Amino acid sequence: MDGISLCVSRGEIFGIVGPNGAGKTTTMDCIVSMRSPDSGFISVLGLDPLRQRKALLEKVGIQQQESELPDRMKVCEAIELFSCFYGISMNAAGILSRLGLSDKKESYFSALSGGQKKRLFVALSLVGDPEIVFLDELTSGLDPRSRRSMWDLVRGLRDDGKTVFLSTHYMDEAEKLCDRVAIIDNGKIVAMDTPESLIRSHAFTLSVVMGIPESFNEREMESITGVVEVFREDEKTVVRVRDSSAVVGIVKLLVEREIELGNFHTEKSTLEDVFLKLTGKEIND
Amino acid sequence: MFQRYFRLTRMEFILYLREPSGFFFTLIFPLLLMMLFGSIWGNDPFPGVNFGYIDYAVPAFIGMVIATSGIMCLTTSIAAYREKGILRRFKASPISPLLVLTAELSSLFIITVLGMLLLLAAGVFVFGMRFYGNIPEVILAFILSTLSISALGFIPASLAPTARSGMIIANVMYFPMLFLSGAMLPGDMLPSFLKTFSQVLPLTHVIELLQGLWLGGHLWEYPVQIAVLCGVTVAGFVIAAKCFRWE
Repeated sequence: MDGISLCVSRGEIFGIVGPNGAGKTTTMDCIVSMRSPDSGFISVLGLDPLRQRKALLEKVGIQQQESELPDRMKVCEAIELFSCFYGISMNAAGILSRLGLSDKKESYFSALSGGQKKRLFVALSLVGDPEIVFLDELTSGLDPRSRRSMWDLVRGLRDDGKTVFLSTHYMDEAEKLCDRVAIIDNGKIVAMDTPESLIRSHAFTLSVVMGIPESFNEREMESITGVVEVFREDEKTVVRVRDSSAVVGIVKLLVEREIELGNFHTEKSTLEDVFLKLTGKEIND
Repeated sequence: MFQRYFRLTRMEFILYLREPSGFFFTLIFPLLLMMLFGSIWGNDPFPGVNFGYIDYAVPAFIGMVIATSGIMCLTTSIAAYREKGILRRFKASPISPLLVLTAELSSLFIITVLGMLLLLAAGVFVFGMRFYGNIPEVILAFILSTLSISALGFIPASLAPTARSGMIIANVMYFPMLFLSGAMLPGDMLPSFLKTFSQVLPLTHVIELLQGLWLGGHLWEYPVQIAVLCGVTVAGFVIAAKCFRWE
């Protein structure tokens, strides 16, 4: 990590996004006292992660990307054991039903699927009723349905007044879930804001995609007000525009020339476009 | 604090009981071996002394149980905990990471005691074992022995990056000790150069001490053994504390 600086407000969902190896886990480890930074200053809930490790770990919950439990530990035993670490004795049933693990209560850890293990670790991060929940690559390896239910769970945590700090390499996840995101690449923060303003300030709002006959010179569209650039991609013509009023101009022109349109649609810019623009590279899974 | 320690120890113990191979090699295998050798040699007193094979073998097999749990079980379980990130998960909760290791040691200690009780029961009820020692002294020697061998096992447990490498290192330490220290075969049967070599193995001192006390000796008659075991305990825990890797 190289000189990163960030500030997370109470009650928000804050995400750090970036490709694998960008330094997301390292950043999180430093914040939750799992690793000591070479230099710099960190304060979490007014506590110093290195000097007040125990006090800090009582107030935060952590779901780590790569961790396991002993193969033959049962799900309910794990919940009971970890809740005892926080000095509370907890009935496992409530938290397990919240994470859809009720019917796995008596299962061994080794018998759980990848998604179920992930949900169990989220459950363990919540047993101490933390003020901040740290979730590292919460949904990697999950199927689309489990991803959505995880998103609902995270929003539910925010509704309960908890702060959520998460990391992900899925741009769409960061865009839909986070109140604010920091995009990191090679150990540096390249941008930090709400997803909407990042998209507004770093990417074009809309791309108009269409299939048009080669007889039509697509360059003509460059003269329409609001059009930024026109190019071909995968046999399709893509027109980047600043706002939706330019779309009207494009349609007008095409109708005037009686151009036969195939597959005309618009695409909104996403956080991924912002990432591509800022780092000049694609995210690889 | 105490409740957390108690719950962790109990959990580790339950997990151990659910793992049939560890269970077999620490509790059942030494018992089977002792029964086998006992059925061959019986327990009639050797010529000129007041003890027979079993009276001599029970403390030796107790040494074998101490080595199996202190070296094999400890190394493999801690190395597996490290490799799988289980230690990392514990470290992210508000307990002291040392509590996890203490609980692991404690649950292994309980297992060692169980193994000892099984051997004693078989010795007494099957072979009519004789015991000439002083019980508090034997208990002290047993605790010192368990501590020193666990401390020795903590060295590879601290360093092995994977469960597999932990297993290999543990095997390299365990088997020579098992065969040469007198745990399985009486040390007197060894040729003299191996007998000399066996003096560098901590388990040899465990077995000499336990056998000596068993047959009526006293702690102060074994200063060398006690000094070696205390030294191994201190050295093992110091090295482990310096080198232990959580991830």
